[in-house]
Amino acid sequence: MSQSLSLSPRAAPLPLDELEAPPLSLRTLTWRRFRRHKMALGGIVVLVLLFVYAFGGSLFYSEAYANFTETGVRLQAPSAVHPFGTDTIGRDIFARTIFGGQISLIIGLTAVVLETIVGILIGAAAGYYGGRLDSLLMRFTEAVFTIPQIFLLLVMAKYFSGRVPNITLYNRTYSGSVVVIIVIIGLTSWPYLARIVRAEFLSIKENEFILAARATGTSPSQIIFGHILPNSVAPIVVSATLGVANAILSEAYISFLGLGVQPPTATWGNMLEGAYNYIATAPWLWVFPGSLIVLTVLSTNFVGDGLRDALDPRSRTI
Amino acid sequence: MIRYITRRILQAIPLLFIISVVFFVLLRNMGDPLATMGGRSMTRASDRERLARQLGLDKPILLQYVYWLIGNDWAKVDLDGDGVAESSGTRQGVLRGDFGTSLVNRGVPVVQVIWDRLPNTLILMVPSEILIILLSLIVGVYSALRQYSLLDNAVTTLSFVGYSMPIFFIALLSMYIFAVNFKRWGLPYLPTVGMFDPQVGKTFSQVALHMVLPVFSLSFISLAGYSRYIRGTMLEVLSQDYIRTAKAKGLPRRDIVLVHALKNASLPIVTVVGLDLPTLLAGAIVTERIFAWPGMGRLFLDHLSRGDAPVVMGILMMVSFAVVAFQLITDVTYAWLDPRIRYE
Repeated sequence: MSQSLSLSPRAAPLPLDELEAPPLSLRTLTWRRFRRHKMALGGIVVLVLLFVYAFGGSLFYSEAYANFTETGVRLQAPSAVHPFGTDTIGRDIFARTIFGGQISLIIGLTAVVLETIVGILIGAAAGYYGGRLDSLLMRFTEAVFTIPQIFLLLVMAKYFSGRVPNITLYNRTYSGSVVVIIVIIGLTSWPYLARIVRAEFLSIKENEFILAARATGTSPSQIIFGHILPNSVAPIVVSATLGVANAILSEAYISFLGLGVQPPTATWGNMLEGAYNYIATAPWLWVFPGSLIVLTVLSTNFVGDGLRDALDPRSRTI
Repeated sequence: MIRYITRRILQAIPLLFIISVVFFVLLRNMGDPLATMGGRSMTRASDRERLARQLGLDKPILLQYVYWLIGNDWAKVDLDGDGVAESSGTRQGVLRGDFGTSLVNRGVPVVQVIWDRLPNTLILMVPSEILIILLSLIVGVYSALRQYSLLDNAVTTLSFVGYSMPIFFIALLSMYIFAVNFKRWGLPYLPTVGMFDPQVGKTFSQVALHMVLPVFSLSFISLAGYSRYIRGTMLEVLSQDYIRTAKAKGLPRRDIVLVHALKNASLPIVTVVGLDLPTLLAGAIVTERIFAWPGMGRLFLDHLSRGDAPVVMGILMMVSFAVVAFQLITDVTYAWLDPRIRYE
């Protein structure tokens, strides 16, 4: 396929079936541009490995083992029994990075789903209806945007702490704080996305096909979700991908400060809480979970960057 | 221009109003202010009631907000609980600069509590910002002049790493290398916690020495991104016609780069510096926690965890105000520096 595409104008006339080949779909085009981005491809590989690590690892270790405390072996250096060493109350750090990884990745993904839903709804309503609703929603968006996210997250985490009971799902108990963190990250990170969606809607709704849709009596919700939204999917996908990295970082920040996911449920973030007290004596406490966070966020950012180049070449800023 | 500034200030008022309402509602429903204030000793119901009256917590939340905003010295409040509002209130309200008194540090005005810590945060943030701007100018200009060189590629990669790295990780890493391992190897090592060595006292050299690692961590996160940004604007400027003219008339290369190009390329940096304030503030929270630095970030965390609503509210409003003000200053400075920009 790619061979036939690279024909120069002066090459021999195309065979008939090539001429009649259907135009390339958006997906094919995107993939072609994306795979030129070597760092992004590398990012995907690393992300797949991280997912295998976090979710495949649970085949070898049980969560009970990851949360099993044995103070007799506290703060042990990495060894054959405990590949990443043990923490302050003798839990195996290797097993905890596996189960913590699951929670961190789940938080990153679900928070972004929530963020995207809120961002699309607010941005679409503001952009499509305009007028007073637009200025009202945009004032609100601006308000959320103005407060540095970490302050908002910390206040909300404190507000909700202890109010949500633990949840049992598929024989595993999740600390209620996991849900809290997902919700508050989702509810504080949407303003940027809402602005993008609004801008897209403002420009797309001026097209003739929207006028035609209106003239034929298509309902507003059908126009918004059936006609405009599919046309503005590129910047949303890019922003959501970068949002995953941001959500994982946010979780790490609030858990690191002790207001995030509460033990015994592990996340990469809360494994680091208090690790600075053992900076000299037990570096393995923070080196492993910290590196995993950096690796995940870095790869996600590379993928997001590659997607931006592939889907939306004009929006490149830096 | 005056009209533009006026309009922006008028727009900022509803913005700060929304922010204050949201935080007020969140903080009023968080923790038990009476337990924070009274500690364990206060168990009698009558004491609780009296204290709630004094703090105005028995009022509906709407009235509490009004008192917080404009004070209650114009109204009569009922302090002794006999149902008759006889004494006039003492609070002046936020609009007149009275943020109330701290619950944890009993009776100390919030403004005083924050004011004591603010300089400590500023001596971390201002040097970091200066360091970031200076270093990123050097690196950015260099990588623009030597595009795709080794250093340029290194900066590109590092900018991604810096952007992706949580500040606590770089802080821990730098502590581990420059404090722990340097000590182990017998090299001169840096202190890790606090603002000064209590045995030596709060001297200039002590504070400077303790500042090194926090400032390094704060700068590292933003440095690579800034350099990348300066590189971008610099490359754009270097391809302009007036640079070609300058070259054609035989100006020395140094003059072209430093005078003609850099002056124009540094304009967008104003925007970045102004808008980067939230990032720096967020970084300060984590950095101050790790390095046990007695600044605003730690004040915020300590008082948030103990449910000291007045202080937390004061910090939040101050931060929001700073962000809004910086956005305005950024826009105005930009228009002032670049005559092509005209605001309506």
